[in-house]
Amino acid sequence: MSNFDNELDASGLNCPLPILRAKKTLNSMASGKILHIIATDPGSVKDFDSFSKQTGNELLESKEEGGKFHFLIKKT
Amino acid sequence: MADTKKLAIIATKGSLDWAYPPFILASTAAALGYEVQIFFTFYGLQLLRKKLALEVTPLGNPGMPMPYGMDKWFPTFLLAAPGMQSLMTSMMKQKMKDKGVASLEELRSLCQEAEVKFVACQMTVDLFDIDRNEFIDGLEYAGAAAFFEFAGDSDICLYI
Repeated sequence: MSNFDNELDASGLNCPLPILRAKKTLNSMASGKILHIIATDPGSVKDFDSFSKQTGNELLESKEEGGKFHFLIKKT
Repeated sequence: MADTKKLAIIATKGSLDWAYPPFILASTAAALGYEVQIFFTFYGLQLLRKKLALEVTPLGNPGMPMPYGMDKWFPTFLLAAPGMQSLMTSMMKQKMKDKGVASLEELRSLCQEAEVKFVACQMTVDLFDIDRNEFIDGLEYAGAAAFFEFAGDSDICLYI
């Protein structure tokens, strides 16, 4: 996983909490900063893709590792 | 912003299961940048009480999965037995907790934080003799015309 500025562990949380928590964390971050999100909800893979498409925040990376899902989102 | 998308929801149900869709969709839409309004009417008003006491019932709901495959063999008329509804409600709440599903209180406050506007239908508030003090703060009280003012310009409009 490349560098990131903030981290959010949304493990164990179900829809729509990972998205809502991510949005909240992004709100507190400066533009250009990168958020690393860890989730266990399989639905979050498609959801974070849709989230970035609709909000304009760039999804830099989306992968599964060790039974968890990892996302890197760059705040616009 | 002129290009902000809008979501209008009418929430009409007052059971634990039916309380989820309005709050899930509203909070998510707000996170995606939508301007959101929920119009609560009839039993949907129960979702606005300070203390939520919503229940779920297996009665008249053949699609509701029950423990021990009870939905397959348990006689329907026994579902009306005293205590059955509160039993099903506590089992459902436990299940939701185990699965990491947010509580309604949490989703509701996330909606309010995200500036989702809650509108209570004044006619049904009067109909059910509900005191405004029984509701959470930050509500607007209005009628059908006010709903259309927002819904008429909305991109998505849902009746739940």
